[in-house]
Amino acid sequence: MKLRSRHLLGLEGVTADELSLILDTAESFREILDRPIKKVPTLRGVTVLNLFYEPSTRTRISFELAEKRLSADTISFSTSVSSVKKGESLKDTVRNIEAMKIDMVVVRHSSPGVPYFLTNCVESNIINAGDGAHEHPTQALLDMFTIRKKYGTLDGLRVVLVGDVKHSRVVRSNIWGLKTMGASVAVCGPSTLLPYEVEQFGVDIYTDLDEAIDGADVVNIMRIQLERQQAGLFPSQREYTNLFAMTKERLKRLKRNYTIMHPGPMNRGVEITPDVADSKSSVILDQVTNGQAVRMAVLYLLSGKKEKEEDDE
Amino acid sequence: MSKADYDLVISGGRVIDPALGFGKEADVFVKDGKIVDISTETNKTARITAKMAEDRVIDASGSLVVPGLVDMHVHLREPGREDKETIITGCQAAAAGGFTSVCCMPNTTPVIDNQETVKFVLSRAEEADANVFVIGAVTKMSQGKELAEIGDLVKAGAVAISDDGHFVQNPEIMRRALEYAHMFDIPVISHAEDEFLSKGAIMNESFQSTRLGLKGSPSVAEIIAVVRDIKLAEFVGGRVHIAHVSTAGAVKAIRDAKADGIHVTAEATPHHFTLTDEEIGKEFNTNLRVNPPLRTKNDVEEVIRGLVDGTIDCIASDHAPHAEEEKDVEFDQAPPGMIGLETTLGLVKTQLIDKGYLNWADAIRKMTYNPARILKLPGGTLEIGSTADITIIDPEKRWTVSEKKFRSKSKNSPFIGWKLKGKVDCTILAGRIVHQNK
Repeated sequence: MKLRSRHLLGLEGVTADELSLILDTAESFREILDRPIKKVPTLRGVTVLNLFYEPSTRTRISFELAEKRLSADTISFSTSVSSVKKGESLKDTVRNIEAMKIDMVVVRHSSPGVPYFLTNCVESNIINAGDGAHEHPTQALLDMFTIRKKYGTLDGLRVVLVGDVKHSRVVRSNIWGLKTMGASVAVCGPSTLLPYEVEQFGVDIYTDLDEAIDGADVVNIMRIQLERQQAGLFPSQREYTNLFAMTKERLKRLKRNYTIMHPGPMNRGVEITPDVADSKSSVILDQVTNGQAVRMAVLYLLSGKKEKEEDDE
Repeated sequence: MSKADYDLVISGGRVIDPALGFGKEADVFVKDGKIVDISTETNKTARITAKMAEDRVIDASGSLVVPGLVDMHVHLREPGREDKETIITGCQAAAAGGFTSVCCMPNTTPVIDNQETVKFVLSRAEEADANVFVIGAVTKMSQGKELAEIGDLVKAGAVAISDDGHFVQNPEIMRRALEYAHMFDIPVISHAEDEFLSKGAIMNESFQSTRLGLKGSPSVAEIIAVVRDIKLAEFVGGRVHIAHVSTAGAVKAIRDAKADGIHVTAEATPHHFTLTDEEIGKEFNTNLRVNPPLRTKNDVEEVIRGLVDGTIDCIASDHAPHAEEEKDVEFDQAPPGMIGLETTLGLVKTQLIDKGYLNWADAIRKMTYNPARILKLPGGTLEIGSTADITIIDPEKRWTVSEKKFRSKSKNSPFIGWKLKGKVDCTILAGRIVHQNK
């Protein structure tokens, strides 16, 4: 069993077998993280570029550590200290860096489709670390990994994604991945933050959080950004919190063995109350740890995969 | 040796002139840049052409002979962005696409909002391979704030006014523009898209924008704008022309307005009757970023229905050249627009005629007589005595759109690699052959 693509651009179109392969591979890397020496020689000699055009703490550090633990050579790039400030295009930037013999590129960018765009610019394997509101596949994989670790399966579970569905790449990747693995997915948020025709993803839609989480196994809570209020998408943070914050009182609506998740960064007291965030059913920090294992698996499975011979050009 | 009776004879083609209601095999005679005769007397033609030089007789048997096509919506980019297109190269593209007349939009740098810029464009066009008609700006700098000197623009030769690229957002300004333009009997061409609703949009708002996480412009942004401008035109008795209709709702609004006797006309582009927003997610091809955006399958079907039932009067390319480096970027960073002069005819044949929506006469009417009538342009007909602007079309010719063959300076077409049917054989401008397919 192998991955069909040499890139990870998103979870849309990735098959259940492929997702299982990534999650199974991540299990073995997860063990390494509990060893005293957390390093294997798997990617020795492979050079990975972390190309971050948007601020990121968790994802960038997680990828960097995953690469180092696999013994890859890594280089990290962020826009504040680069020629981007001098007006160099994305294509030129990445081609110039690749000319320094890079094998894999991990990219975070505010424009949807940039990972795909890069596959046409360079030969490296491309891993999407978040492209605008489009996809964030490794985040969804680590969410799925964390859920699967607890329940042993994803099939048949009820997962509710709460918050700013419209602007969330995490939501989109979670929907694709979870549905492929047989979970039942619901989204919940203010109607102004539910994007047009979102039901076409094949998810259940709620604007009432109590109804949405009734009988759910997992609640994954998305960060709400203050800019959305300024854009007029909801009237006030206070009202948002009243309607959509995950509070202790609400927990009793969930199934007994429920799980609370959040991809971070959290606004405590806004979309999640501190007692919920820190409760024993919260796996928020496990998500972070598991993220490394999942990213190690993705790097490992994609490294060395080459383009097929092109015969018509 | 005496002066030849004719400068050019086009023999044996099927002559289609919707303006005259003419559609049969005939020979067209040209002298001094004018059409002097159309004859069905084959034997007589044979006697005449036998005495003429070989290169003065075009054998059009199997081909269609139609009035030179008119594209009422192009961007020639000159003055200001001559790296994308010039009046000369844009008109070469027009000739290659069968167009003998193009109307250029005023969103150049500087904006065509004054007499001098109109004159500049017209002087540059003197040597070009197509007639160029200028559309002036509605407002100064197309900023939507103050009316441009519309009287001056008309005096210099402008045939219509438009702030294309922008909606005239303020209804009071649009009302005055319609009233004022009415004095000169020119239409106001509306880029109908409410800018509050479409702000920051990269594509159509649909499940596709939801799926891709790109900001969408809702169809209602176009519908509201179309309805508003129709109502204003009705109120002041002016003439409004809706550019690049892209939504089912706008088609319906225009159909209803026409039924109510309101003076509204409309155009549709080949991309809006061919492509849907589902194409974007396949490769994030920035040549699919266009304004108004590609819509849904239902919208495409309704635009076609509007073309069929006459709600939409014209087919126009909205030829919008952009430099390679501007399009070879992140999807949401690319400027909107695609070139179209050289693919319009092939798409009309392949998407509308071959699929049974329009016959050739209907299609040609929307690319000749109708735009010429709306803008009161000369031409658009093969009537005896009119200027010999003629397009000869090989209706069954199959060809593949190739980036290398574009005459346009820019190559930003999403149709590169498409297999189309119907190609221009020959384009004749005032009796002069400006394009001939080899």
